[in-house]
Amino acid sequence: MGMSAVRALFRRRPEADSTMRSVLSEKERRDPAYQVLYWVVFLFLLALALTTLFPLWWMFTGPLKAPLEFISLPPTLWPRGTPRWKTYLDAWNSVSYPLYFRNTILIALGTWILEMFVATTAAFSLAKLKPAGKPVLLALFFSTMAVPGTTLLVPRFITVARPPLFSPLLQHLFGARGLIDTWWAIWLPASVSGFNIFLLTLFFERIPDDYVDAARIDGASAWRLFLQIILPLSRPILAVLTINSFMGSWQSFLWPMLVLPSQDSKHPIMVRLYGLADTFTASRSATEMLAAIAIAAIPPLILFVIFQRQIVRGISQTGLTG
Amino acid sequence: MHSSDVATPIMSEARSHTYWRRRIIHNARAYAFLLPALFLFAMFMWWPVVESFTLAFQAVTLRFERSWVGLANFRFIFGDKLFFIAWRNTLRYTAMAILFGYIVPVVLALAANEMRPWARDLFRLAYYLPVILPAVVTSLLWKWIFYPAEGGLLNAVLGFFGMPPLRWLNDQRLALPSIWITTTWGGAGGAMIMYMAGLADIPASLYEAAEIDGANIWQRIWYITLPQLRFLMLMMLISQFINNIQLFTQPWVLTQGGPNNATLTNTIYVYRQAFFNAQYGTASAAGLVIFAFLSIFSISYVVLITRRVK
Repeated sequence: MGMSAVRALFRRRPEADSTMRSVLSEKERRDPAYQVLYWVVFLFLLALALTTLFPLWWMFTGPLKAPLEFISLPPTLWPRGTPRWKTYLDAWNSVSYPLYFRNTILIALGTWILEMFVATTAAFSLAKLKPAGKPVLLALFFSTMAVPGTTLLVPRFITVARPPLFSPLLQHLFGARGLIDTWWAIWLPASVSGFNIFLLTLFFERIPDDYVDAARIDGASAWRLFLQIILPLSRPILAVLTINSFMGSWQSFLWPMLVLPSQDSKHPIMVRLYGLADTFTASRSATEMLAAIAIAAIPPLILFVIFQRQIVRGISQTGLTG
Repeated sequence: MHSSDVATPIMSEARSHTYWRRRIIHNARAYAFLLPALFLFAMFMWWPVVESFTLAFQAVTLRFERSWVGLANFRFIFGDKLFFIAWRNTLRYTAMAILFGYIVPVVLALAANEMRPWARDLFRLAYYLPVILPAVVTSLLWKWIFYPAEGGLLNAVLGFFGMPPLRWLNDQRLALPSIWITTTWGGAGGAMIMYMAGLADIPASLYEAAEIDGANIWQRIWYITLPQLRFLMLMMLISQFINNIQLFTQPWVLTQGGPNNATLTNTIYVYRQAFFNAQYGTASAAGLVIFAFLSIFSISYVVLITRRVK
């Protein structure tokens, strides 16, 4: 699996090459003057790429070195002597990663489920069922994309702490702090995304109505139409949204830190890492700390390697439209 | 049959009873599917948007009891030195990021796009890898690289060139540029990859026609490539601007807004007002100022996105 991903990286993609070309034409590329230019540019890009990658390399190989070697200069590319893989294991345990990995995954899962549920049902209705007042609804949903996150920070927090209408009931269930210190405070606000509804509505609208009509003639209900026709046809865009959702959950920092103030054991990984950040003092802790940081970077990297093509395709799809 | 396209007889004037009944049932079904979104949006999006306006004119206690205070919150923030420091820092950072961080990914994308496919994919991967790292990870990594004495990695590089070590994040004048370095390292690849996708969509026929007319490389770039990228570049400019104005994670993790508020940004100001000073009202007022400032950009952005694909 890993090898095919690597091979996919380097494989020529004939479909892309036949319809696109770069500024230089084939004939020009063969011109010796341009070849020199090509290699100059290539070397420049290579040097820049190595500089960009070096901190990453340093992050992953640092914990493998003895603490003294780690802080010595000039930095070594690979640990002298045997690499200390144990540092990663120590970090994994001392940071209590199992707990925080579990938290992050559960938070990401809940977020994804709610996000998908909310966005797909709404987009299906807007695109295929066409309710009365559709322009108003579209405006209501899409306009939310224009509200800055910072502006919503305090109002959302207060809403989560004191949900309107539901406050008495929630007080009964959760105590005076509403949804604070529960994962619902993360799941529920994350499920409302104007972007998701926008993208999905766009995609659903492009599904030819022939499918819809055919299903209708066969007597399918709206719900079956939704589950058995629209959703299966939407796998590409759903994959993009899923990857975005997961990446977003994995990275999330400010909001979880805000709404889980007193329950350290419920924190996701990034909040936990931040909480540990002050243990940078002794050099022994430094390699372990770096290992902890590196471990937190691994899942998104693995995901990227596996889903590189979908991610890039998703970026160009969502990027070129927004 | 549940089709919404119910044919009505041309001759009769009134719609039949069953027509309306079918319309109502149909709409009920459509709205049933919308219920989850409507309910959750109402609670966690539309209501907070309304509150972002009302809270700015209220004082809120820790127990979330509210009272109207008119313009007092605004009078406070416009008299608060830190408010202006936050805006100054944020605008300085945004200027740096746009001046140096906006064009560079375009240039890199253009250059990388000229490479042979294997090299192109390689560079795309190399420049994009830092983007995949979570912001907290990037910040903690660079916190270590910026170690303010001789042992730090970046100071080692300086030492290699015979320059003395710098205090980076501990230096009031260097802290904000250091944060800019961190965010550019972790973000430029994302822009580059977008531009590369945009470049891939440029039809070959345009270039061929230009060659027939004898255009050289620079002319081709100026008259074909850049105009084709214009929309994408505009979108990227707006979205980068909006994100830069709201920068939080990197300055917070690296310096908590210090040293001496040198890296205090708008969002950090709001965060501190609300959750350290327990001043939800003034924090909302500050948030509203941000909304007002960004509104022109955010609205343009949404209009552009929604119009482009229709």
